[in-house]
Amino acid sequence: MDDRVILRVGAKVLIPFILLFALYVQFHGDYGPGGGFQAGVIFAAGFVLYALIYGLGNVRRVLPPRAVYICSALGVLLYAGVGYVTMALGGQFLDYDVLAHDPEHGQHYGILLVELGVLITVFGVMVSVFYAVAGRRRLDT
Amino acid sequence: MSALGLFNYWAAIFLMMVGFYTLIARGNLIKKIIGLNIFQTSVFILYITMGKITGGTAPIFVEGGRDVVYSNPIPHVLILTAIVVGVATSAVGLSLVIRIKEAYGTIEEDEIEDESL
Amino acid sequence: MSHHLPVLLVVVPLVAAPVIALLNRPRISWAVAVAVTLWVLYAALALLSQTMVDGAIHYALGGWVAPYGIEYVVDPVNAWVIVIVALIGALVTPYARMSVEREISEDRIPLFYAAFILCLTGLLGIAVTGDVFNVFVFLEISSLSAYALIALGKDRRALTASFQYLIMGSVGATFIVIGIGLMYVMTGTLNMADLANRLPEVASTRTIPVAFTFLTVGITLKLALFPLHLWLPNAYTYAPSAVTAFLASTATKVAVYLLLRFFFTIFGVTFSFDVMQLDRILMPLALVAILTMSLVAIYQENVKRLLAYSSIAQIGYIVLGISLASVLGLTAGILHLFNHALMKGALFMSMGCVMYRVGSVRLERMGGLGRAMPWTMAAFVVGGLSLIGAPLTVGFISKWYLVQAALEQGMWPVAGVVLLGSLLALMYVWKVIEVAYFREVDPELGITEAPLSLLAPTWVLALSNVYFGIDASRTVGIATRAAELLLGVLS
Repeated sequence: MDDRVILRVGAKVLIPFILLFALYVQFHGDYGPGGGFQAGVIFAAGFVLYALIYGLGNVRRVLPPRAVYICSALGVLLYAGVGYVTMALGGQFLDYDVLAHDPEHGQHYGILLVELGVLITVFGVMVSVFYAVAGRRRLDT
Repeated sequence: MSALGLFNYWAAIFLMMVGFYTLIARGNLIKKIIGLNIFQTSVFILYITMGKITGGTAPIFVEGGRDVVYSNPIPHVLILTAIVVGVATSAVGLSLVIRIKEAYGTIEEDEIEDESL
Repeated sequence: MSHHLPVLLVVVPLVAAPVIALLNRPRISWAVAVAVTLWVLYAALALLSQTMVDGAIHYALGGWVAPYGIEYVVDPVNAWVIVIVALIGALVTPYARMSVEREISEDRIPLFYAAFILCLTGLLGIAVTGDVFNVFVFLEISSLSAYALIALGKDRRALTASFQYLIMGSVGATFIVIGIGLMYVMTGTLNMADLANRLPEVASTRTIPVAFTFLTVGITLKLALFPLHLWLPNAYTYAPSAVTAFLASTATKVAVYLLLRFFFTIFGVTFSFDVMQLDRILMPLALVAILTMSLVAIYQENVKRLLAYSSIAQIGYIVLGISLASVLGLTAGILHLFNHALMKGALFMSMGCVMYRVGSVRLERMGGLGRAMPWTMAAFVVGGLSLIGAPLTVGFISKWYLVQAALEQGMWPVAGVVLLGSLLALMYVWKVIEVAYFREVDPELGITEAPLSLLAPTWVLALSNVYFGIDASRTVGIATRAAELLLGVLS
């Protein structure tokens, strides 16, 4: 892969923007189109691109499989955690109104936190699937 | 409504049949998954078609636009969920295919049956 | 706290699944899974007793009231199904520890429990939700984890069985989505109660019967009614024993619940049975299922496969009761949901014990087990008697009501088929008993009784087969109440 200069340089330029764009989609998702699903997939796509160009070994050093595994579980916990907090504050499950004094702000924080959970899980699952499939030995040989 | 006016529904049904046929008639497990994906996609189109309102714009709130006609966003939301479910199904299906290939050395249904005997 | 129970029922196991995956130690994962399933059982029983007294419990997620938001509703019908799922879950998880250690490699055990609890979450979610699209989401949560669980089986045929189930299950689920979409386009709502109100206005259009048809095919695929049962035998045969015991007693039951919910609550009995004449389809299929699948079961050499075919026949009984569309018939069907879960749970669990000691459940390897593993095989006999419908077991109670319901409508041949089905059940159960008790045990194998942690849950189920067979007043009471509710006799 060492000779593919255009790919290597191009990827280096692109990857930060891909990750940044993922965060834009995530944090813009409360009032505009976007949200955790899309953001998580875009975020994962950045790492997949890195793996395609620089090899699986390198990306595994940046992002150990164990960390990805923890990510995919952590997101669900964050999501459900928000639900538990709203219940503890006296609302229904996932009733964001109680998260802040002003219900509108509560809805705002609630949806961002929940979508962050979605992002983490989707990112974790996407990269796990990639690791699991790409890490297999070649079958035909 | 004329037959042409129902174009989206024709497309959905056509894709549905293509997917369903592939699913049933092909013996290759990967092709079966592809068939399943096409089949599911046809349903996505069906839903999105339902949500469209003639003259309606994307359901994003426009500042000061009280009279704007919006398309129904609910089907989109539902389909977003269904797409995620579809991706998960494909992932599970494909990983099963990999394991089947490792266990049997083939992903052709008839050859797997010969192996099993 | 207690008014949050409907949602906690789903969310507690949902949170437990990633926690189990994170802990990543077989024993600790198991302990968490047991704690969660026991809590779920407690919550399920609390909900059942609450709804029997106070009527339907409503819970609006996120504070968005129905029909705008997703609503969880618990009434006697789904509380009953929730209790079935929770009870089997709470018995299978303690049972799973030793069974799984023998059948699944150690590094996968935490993931096994995570998938298991996720499957439980999905099944409980289907039962508790009052939103039709939410049904689909939970259906896929339970199905996807079920595919993974089945694929964990030791035999490589578990993989193909799982794949076959995945293809057919996904087609079924997609059919359900099409049905839901067509209902939505006509009514603009996804809430079950709201749908029930709005559907009669548009029932005469062509779309609603089409939606009805798609839903019928999709749900009957999921519940493995006769011609759509092809995924079931292999899946049950090659899955790990604990998974088979769990899925056989819960997954198809929840699908039957969906059938009840869609046809009785949403479409209404008049539309389903007078306009669409559902009984003309369901009844023949149920009768054919009872006869042919019992016959096929007789010829099986693998006992798990034998029991799987018998499951399809038993589903026939449940659907037969439903297709009669009378209070008695529905009572029989709903009663058999519970009773069949008890008997199949006991039978598959005793087969898990055999698997643990012998390493196979093929008949030729089971000679003389009645002496080598007396408690295991005695549990099998109790479950088998219940399957046949011998008096003093739960099987007798459900068949008694089923025959009564058939005779009430003057359907003598149907009652005859039910009795004939019992006779066939006697034949396949006897086949196993003959091998186990009337053949010499091979002393060289040194087979001993299964360990207590496997036997105890098996016997809890076996004894409840007898207990609820002798004192059926409570179960019949709940089933009758649920049947009346579904038929709208009691509002």
